[in-house]
Amino acid sequence: MTPSTAFEVGALRAQFPILGTSVHGKPLVYLDNAATTQKPRVVIDALVDYYATSNANVHRGVHYLSGRASDQFDQARATIARFLGAASPSEIIFTRNATESINLVAQAWGRATVSAGDEIVISAIEHHSNIVPWQLLCEATGATLRVIPMSDAGELDLDAARRLMGPRTRMLAVTALSNALGTVTPLADLVAMARSVGACVLVDGSQAAYHMPIDVQALDCDFFVMTGHKVYGPTGIGVLYGRAALLEVMPPWQGGGDMIASVTFERSTWNVLPYKFEAGTPDISAAIVLGVAVGFLTGVGLDRVQAHESALLAYGTEALQQVPGLRLIGTAAHKASILSFVIDGIHPHDIGTIVDLSGVAIRTGHHCAQPVMDRLGIPGTARASLAMYNTREDIDALVAALHHARKVLL
Amino acid sequence: MSDLSELYQEVILDHNRRPRNFRVIDPATRAQEGYNPLCGDRLTLYVTVADGRITDVAFQGSGCAISKASASLMTEAVKGRTVDEARALFDQFHHMITSPPGSPLPELGKLSVLSGVREFPTRVKCAGLAWHTLKAAVAETPSTPVSTE
Repeated sequence: MTPSTAFEVGALRAQFPILGTSVHGKPLVYLDNAATTQKPRVVIDALVDYYATSNANVHRGVHYLSGRASDQFDQARATIARFLGAASPSEIIFTRNATESINLVAQAWGRATVSAGDEIVISAIEHHSNIVPWQLLCEATGATLRVIPMSDAGELDLDAARRLMGPRTRMLAVTALSNALGTVTPLADLVAMARSVGACVLVDGSQAAYHMPIDVQALDCDFFVMTGHKVYGPTGIGVLYGRAALLEVMPPWQGGGDMIASVTFERSTWNVLPYKFEAGTPDISAAIVLGVAVGFLTGVGLDRVQAHESALLAYGTEALQQVPGLRLIGTAAHKASILSFVIDGIHPHDIGTIVDLSGVAIRTGHHCAQPVMDRLGIPGTARASLAMYNTREDIDALVAALHHARKVLL
Repeated sequence: MSDLSELYQEVILDHNRRPRNFRVIDPATRAQEGYNPLCGDRLTLYVTVADGRITDVAFQGSGCAISKASASLMTEAVKGRTVDEARALFDQFHHMITSPPGSPLPELGKLSVLSGVREFPTRVKCAGLAWHTLKAAVAETPSTPVSTE
């Protein structure tokens, strides 16, 4: 597929085996992409291929296979560095997931940098994974957690953000795209505010990384985290991008093999970046396959994915509002990929079960963003979330299933 | 057969729309909180016990159709029973909603309308929330809010 051709969603769908399957006797309509995306054939094949042809431990052996596995592992890191616009592959650290990436920063950077009276700023629309690690850091150091409030529509209050940030702010940790509401955060403004008070910036790119092009240097963030399974890659692998100058001065996080330069019983010294932060045998296959997934996503073209999903979001927003009693939750002016909603008189959990029997997979509940639900005074929402392979027909199937749910329950 | 009509039987829909004993008892012998963090179902169960017998029981809260109907049906089923009978009913009900599909069902009268839940493993906790809350409410010692997670 070349950038000049139209976005051929049919051909794209054919590359995802699971999209051809049925659930409860109905063709699968997969609209739970914010939880995890489905995998293209090239990713599935790469996983099998690694174990069939290249399996060995990395950076250890002199034998052929170890060299082959190490090369593929290093290539994956370089691919991901390019994908995120990092200055060097040594700024890319493999973790288990975005959550672990944030915990790494909160622990290794935080404990060395943050002390009593300091402040960490997050936002009201964060996923639990970008709240709890900072709470743990604050408990351990006596720092204070400050939260940028949101409006009823799910937009961050930038005036309040400006007031919250000051000389004691050490870190601004904020999502690029809310998983519960679909709000795209004004990162340029927020980063500029953090910079003006000398604070570091961590961007949670878990949701953004498969919906919009990312350039960590243009963003001017210090840390950027993402997870493999949302960018059409495998579970069990995540990424931490860190600015080299910061990673250099941060103490190690976990100790063990690979992360050391030398070990004696008196004293150990640390390996160079990125290995200093990668103790023990990593998920080699997942890292390599993540490189393949990112290559696939780049091949399709994130700008084209973004255009397709944006048109679909507009279609879905319009279509859902035709369902009587339906209220969209998250109506920010700048949104992507997420259609969160409630329906009068029907609990989200019942909606989820009923549409599932029509073959439509959506998520229901608080979406690991309980503070968002508390702020809006609702127990949870039903959430349809889009990916590159979704179509208007998927939205139509959801809408039909919602009409059915109303018929059954009301 | 996991179909909708088996899960959302008319009796369940009726109790969801018009829950019975949906009120506060004040004062109650025990007011017990129950919470299912997965879906946000939350209820408070009020129980009045006299001489080992549940003389009044009611609930308040919000939740899905299954959890609300289950709570409503439960209050009808245990009102007037002894605490020991209510505990035995808990065991039978729990068995009914967690037994493998196709296996014999206990005879539980009106409560049997919830047997369809066992075909929907993700919904078992919804049906069980009120019952777990009751079990805690009639326990010897008060407990913290019940969570079905």
